[in-house]
Amino acid sequence: MTSRARWLIIVAAALMATVYVLPLWRVRLIAPQYPEGLGMLIRVNGVDGIKPNDLNSINNLNHYIGMKEIVPDAIPELKWMPWILGALIATGLLVAALGKRLPLFLWGGALALLLVAGLFDYWRWGYDYGHNLDMSIAIIKIPGMTYQPPLIGSKKLLNFYATSWPASGGIALGLAAGLVALAAFDSRRRRVTLEEA
Amino acid sequence: MPMLHPYVLEVPMSWFSRSRLITGAALVGTAAVGYACAGGRSASLAGTAGAAERTYVAPGEYDELYAFLSGGFNGQVGVYGLPSGRLLKLIPVFSQHAENGWGYSEETKPMLETSYGFIPWDDLHHTALSQTNGEDDGRWLFVNGNNTPRVARIDLTTFEANEILEIPNAAGNHASPFVTENTEYIVSSTRFSIPMPNRDVPIAEYRAQFKGQISFITADQPGKMDIAFQIIVPGFNYDLARAGKGPSAGWMFFSSYNSEQANTLLEVNASQNDKDYIGAVNYRAAEACVKAGKGTRAAVDYRHNYMDEFSRVARSNRRTSVLQITPAECPGIMYYMPTPKSPHGADVDPSGEYIVAGGKLAAVIPVHSATKMLAAIKNKEFEGELEGIPVLRYASTIAGEVQEPGLGPLHTEFDGKGYAYTSMFLSSEIVKWKLGTWEVVDRAPTYYSVGHLMIPGGGTRKPYGRYVLAMNKITKDRYLPTGPELAHSAQLYDISGERMQLLLDFPTIGEPHYANAIEASLVRERQVRFYSLAENRHPQLARSARESGIERTGKMVHVRMTAVRSHMTPDNIEGILVGDTVMFHVTNIEQDWDVPHGFAILGAQNAELLVMPGETRTLRWIPAKPGVYPFYCTDFCSALHQEMQGYARVSPAGATVALTATTNNKTAAGGN
Repeated sequence: MTSRARWLIIVAAALMATVYVLPLWRVRLIAPQYPEGLGMLIRVNGVDGIKPNDLNSINNLNHYIGMKEIVPDAIPELKWMPWILGALIATGLLVAALGKRLPLFLWGGALALLLVAGLFDYWRWGYDYGHNLDMSIAIIKIPGMTYQPPLIGSKKLLNFYATSWPASGGIALGLAAGLVALAAFDSRRRRVTLEEA
Repeated sequence: MPMLHPYVLEVPMSWFSRSRLITGAALVGTAAVGYACAGGRSASLAGTAGAAERTYVAPGEYDELYAFLSGGFNGQVGVYGLPSGRLLKLIPVFSQHAENGWGYSEETKPMLETSYGFIPWDDLHHTALSQTNGEDDGRWLFVNGNNTPRVARIDLTTFEANEILEIPNAAGNHASPFVTENTEYIVSSTRFSIPMPNRDVPIAEYRAQFKGQISFITADQPGKMDIAFQIIVPGFNYDLARAGKGPSAGWMFFSSYNSEQANTLLEVNASQNDKDYIGAVNYRAAEACVKAGKGTRAAVDYRHNYMDEFSRVARSNRRTSVLQITPAECPGIMYYMPTPKSPHGADVDPSGEYIVAGGKLAAVIPVHSATKMLAAIKNKEFEGELEGIPVLRYASTIAGEVQEPGLGPLHTEFDGKGYAYTSMFLSSEIVKWKLGTWEVVDRAPTYYSVGHLMIPGGGTRKPYGRYVLAMNKITKDRYLPTGPELAHSAQLYDISGERMQLLLDFPTIGEPHYANAIEASLVRERQVRFYSLAENRHPQLARSARESGIERTGKMVHVRMTAVRSHMTPDNIEGILVGDTVMFHVTNIEQDWDVPHGFAILGAQNAELLVMPGETRTLRWIPAKPGVYPFYCTDFCSALHQEMQGYARVSPAGATVALTATTNNKTAAGGN
């Protein structure tokens, strides 16, 4: 492994660590009577309102359509996700210290797997909230209507316009993945060059 | 196309043809300043090119200034945006306000307690914004109650009056609540001199028994307003005041009239003397005198009412003594400056050098000089003494007189560029004149008979100075007629140029006697959007439906109710008996901006409640006969607002119906 690759891994690990502070995803909801908007920040270990009481307000509005209350404590992934990420960061630093090619590839693969699994899980929760509505308590019932916010992009959900994009932490994570890919590529090419020499 | 009123004629007129002015048919336009009366409304429109653009605030845009106009006899404050003149809010202060339950809900009733008991009304005359270093800071607005003497603090984060202090030994609290440079004090004084302490004496013994009084009230800490000291003064009528600054820092100036000490037919008997007085009070010297142990504590009875920030429950506390000092025992705390003819305003210019008097019946506007006053005091240039108060010589304090200003000067404010603007009640105009040269440079008619005028920041060190607002006493034909009782009228003028330019004419609520305006940014940024449910410390709070419930203690039934879009918990209540008093403690558990819920119940001899998010408000209800009483949310809160309702069942006295409070057949906590 090149020293450049080592540094790339260290920077990637540092970027990954920012996720303990920065939100991964941002969901914004705008409606005629909410010009100031409501919103949620998805974090590695929880879900927050953008403004202090946004989550409360969103849950209160969701009761009209029979949606389950979003209770971050009831989402187990938010409990063990920080530990998995921590393990990955630690392993990454170890990979950089070892400076071997194979651990790098294995680790890079694990990271990619985690990102894909994480995104899928986020989508799955959104699907669950948006589709599994309790019609016995729903006040507004529109046959066939579901309320899953988009993973990326915008969608009209009744009077709300929902927009979902990666937030700073999500971007940092993506960037980290890119750096690791670069490190892996860089390491492979360097080895070929050495053999030829 | 606006219609011309038939009695507004094309008459060129001269300002000092008195008979025409006072018979008063056509006070429109001014030949004296060079533009002819072109006839009625069109005359007032003549100089207003571009006015529409300058007062137009596009949809979604904000006004440049908040303006707080006193409501006079409505006991409220009207909040307007300027330059649009749009009414933004009414703040109830001294008057019950059925619209939001102010003075009706159990939490707010104590705000209107006085030593005379609960009083549902007052006459709110003047406003004063809090100041830091002589500039408006946008923290609080102080206002006075004239009839039952009180002062109030309005918190400008919530636009709510959260503190009211009664003034003992006072009647007609008119020269109030003018503020000192760092909000150390607001003041109060007696328009009506009265026996002190008030007692049963023949009115004819006015001179012997009646006294005036000037109070300094500590104001810089919310919840801690109190009377620092009262100065006992001769039994005149005290009218208006302003704090000094710069060379006059540490002084407060009070106009007074009725130095004749008449107790009947004042319009004649109090207009005899050529000069009345402006009382100059050195409040730093008064503080020192108090510190030196002078003065006596007089037994009095007054109330201090304050709304706790967290429970949002007001308490009324009785206070029983006040410190009184006299100018005789504290020499140097007060001087009288003779001033022509029943002065109204005593207005200090931004530099603090000039004190401008508005003698209602005077032919000139006299201007006193602070430095001349201080020199005259030093050199003892006195012409006499009244009850221990030295009377300075007129010639010793006067800086100049504005000649032929118009008729009926009342009140003066300043633009910060060396000009003063004086309202002229009789000649119905604003007169602009130059400080120092005392020459009149411009006039603009008002519609009609301007009382006070207001320049944003016009009483401070740094006037904002772009507009002047005329608050008029007579409306007549300005708007579509509405029967005998009309709204008052106000006019906004642009004063950024050499000539005043009429921009806008708008109706106002109540009778604005004075106003303040402040740059919107100083107030807008600190607005509270809702109260924090987590910090709510109301004793009957229900933070969630789970904490709602019902409780009986003797004949008192307490219902702890939550309101959230779009239901109330509990919404089915049984077990109330005739003879019970029911207290509905309604907590709005929303934590979102602009989602108030209301509460009203059939037949309640009470107002509604309007409950802001995170707050708890209580409605007292005494049902008189058995039946089922619907209650509902009165503020359209959501798509299913019409579903937000419930029933309370009232059974005959002695019935054995169990006390229950349920929603959707589920019993709330505390039910039985």
